[in-house]
Amino acid sequence: MSVLVIAEHNHQTVNSATLSAITAAKQLGIVNVLVIGYHCEEVALSLAKVEGVEQVLVIDNHIYQHFLAETLADTIVPLTSHYTHILAAASSFGKNIMPRIAALLDVVQVSDVIAIESTDTFKRPIYAGNAIATLCTTDKIKVLTIRETAFEPAMMAKGNLAPIHTIQTTLTEKTNQLSRFIEQQLCDSERPELNNASVVVAGGRGMQTKENFQLLYALADQLGGAVGATRAAVDAGFAPNDQQIGQTGKIIAPRLYIGVGISGAIQHLAGIMDSKVIVAINKDENAPILEVADYSLVADWQEVLPDLLNRLKMGN
Amino acid sequence: MKILVAIKQVIDHHVAIQVKLDNTGVETNNVKMSINPFDEIALEAAIRLQESGIASEVIVVSIGEKPIQTTLRSALAMGADRALLIQTDVETQPLAVAKLLQAVVAQENPQLVLLGKQAIDDDSHQTGQMLAALLNWGQGTNASQIILKDDEVQVTREIDTGLEIISLSLPAVITTDLRLNNPRYIKLPNIMKAKKKPLTILAAEELDVDITPRLQTCKVELPLRRKTGIKVENINELITKLQTEAKVI
Ligand SMILES: Cc1cc2nc3c(=O)[nH]c(=O)nc-3n(C[C@H](O)[C@H](O)[C@H](O)COP(=O)(O)OP(=O)(O)OC[C@H]3O[C@@H](n4cnc5c(N)ncnc54)[C@H](O)[C@@H]3O)c2cc1C
Repeated sequence: MSVLVIAEHNHQTVNSATLSAITAAKQLGIVNVLVIGYHCEEVALSLAKVEGVEQVLVIDNHIYQHFLAETLADTIVPLTSHYTHILAAASSFGKNIMPRIAALLDVVQVSDVIAIESTDTFKRPIYAGNAIATLCTTDKIKVLTIRETAFEPAMMAKGNLAPIHTIQTTLTEKTNQLSRFIEQQLCDSERPELNNASVVVAGGRGMQTKENFQLLYALADQLGGAVGATRAAVDAGFAPNDQQIGQTGKIIAPRLYIGVGISGAIQHLAGIMDSKVIVAINKDENAPILEVADYSLVADWQEVLPDLLNRLKMGN
Repeated sequence: MKILVAIKQVIDHHVAIQVKLDNTGVETNNVKMSINPFDEIALEAAIRLQESGIASEVIVVSIGEKPIQTTLRSALAMGADRALLIQTDVETQPLAVAKLLQAVVAQENPQLVLLGKQAIDDDSHQTGQMLAALLNWGQGTNASQIILKDDEVQVTREIDTGLEIISLSLPAVITTDLRLNNPRYIKLPNIMKAKKKPLTILAAEELDVDITPRLQTCKVELPLRRKTGIKVENINELITKLQTEAKVI
């Protein structure tokens, strides 16, 4: 078995989700990693040091400055013939390009894999994680996206340095007549990224205003964590879209999740169920989130949250 | 400009699903079914493009068994002009659906195909991208804004790090995210009107596409449940528990 993992990066650093995909890939066979980008030597070098990586392939060209699905799929598909499995993380990057690659190869894709049973059998959540399906396929190449929270990130191995092979692209600027990048509006933040933060403080509609979310940021900063939100809070403009947690947002598994003013709809819970410890603060004692919380505090957050913040600031 | 909207009927998002005792799947008998919420957003987007004079016709298509006609009727009541049911009792999987839609596109020649970014039953998140690949069209996934300009469409995409704006040549495939719009409620008189709108049924075999499922479901089981924890009385107790019992702060 030979596996190609499509790396996700920003031309400088590797996304942690790719390291989880490498862990999944190691369970399947020999692992090659493909880095496509522009001036992305650093990324290739850091991946060459990851335990279990046998070879890094790099395609470095200015046409890969932005990650357009059409360009990436046309670049990746011709490279797949030696491989039995093509993997990427089930992030917005992987979700965008992998089905395009699968369809061009005329093979099915298994999305959001949480366990590898064998080289052709995989487990994945369906219905917002309310059921787990075991699926198998006999397609010649297995295209999988990997749920980051289900696999530990692969580690840097001391002394490991896999060979790095540069491949020239056969595409030019003119190849992709279908799509064009215009701009990105990134939510740059000093805080840890939501998808791999060890602490997440999340707010819901019960926070009532965007200003009130500041208290959650202060709490997150105190705990070295990230801030997340429910769909209702994002829809109301309390938080940006990239902070949405849930079935259709980000899936997280922090050591500690604190949900404030969140009812606990199944679509939200789908994103937090693998958290180690769940704390819920809600004034309604019947809120569904209390059923899954390890520690629940039935209270108005306005009365308890400032106190919690002060106590943590004072080292309790 | 013609717009094709692909919709899937799924278990309503308010229903707590039941896994069958023999672990072969999820119970769908006697369960409330609805249009996949993301597809409803796609349909709303198409209808608004028609209302603003940009689209000339909105066609909805769905694939599956006969009862999904009810969902197609609701789509007509929302404002679609006509509906197409590709009838099959074969389990519909994303690649096969994309191939059937490709055949429908060949017949209908739309300039834009809109679909939800994912269906809330299998959460696969694949069909739109697969269709775009098969058609060799551009794809704009997770759209929270769509702006049509001459022979291009500008799509704002919700991505993990924020927003990305791209431009696609038409024809193109767009998949819709939650923040694109709030779908309208269906008005009673429109339900009556929808009964007169055309709904064509076509057997999947007629499209000459191989839709044999290529993914086999071996087992469907319940996830591990979290145990309900304890109630703490105040912040003091919460901090103590987190420090000494859970040891997470
Ligand atoms: C297709 C689809 C996809 C979806 N995807 C997602 C998703 O990915 N993520 C997601 O989160 N949701 C998602 N949703 C929405 C989901 O169904 C819920 O509507 C949403 O999660 C509710 O958010 P909430 O808990 O913030 O709001 P509410 O349900 O309104 O809950 C607010 C809570 O705040 C509490 N509260 C109010 N005031 C206070 C106070 N002063 N102190 C303490 N507590 C207070 C209330 O008791 C209540 O429990 C999706 C829905 C659909 C249909």
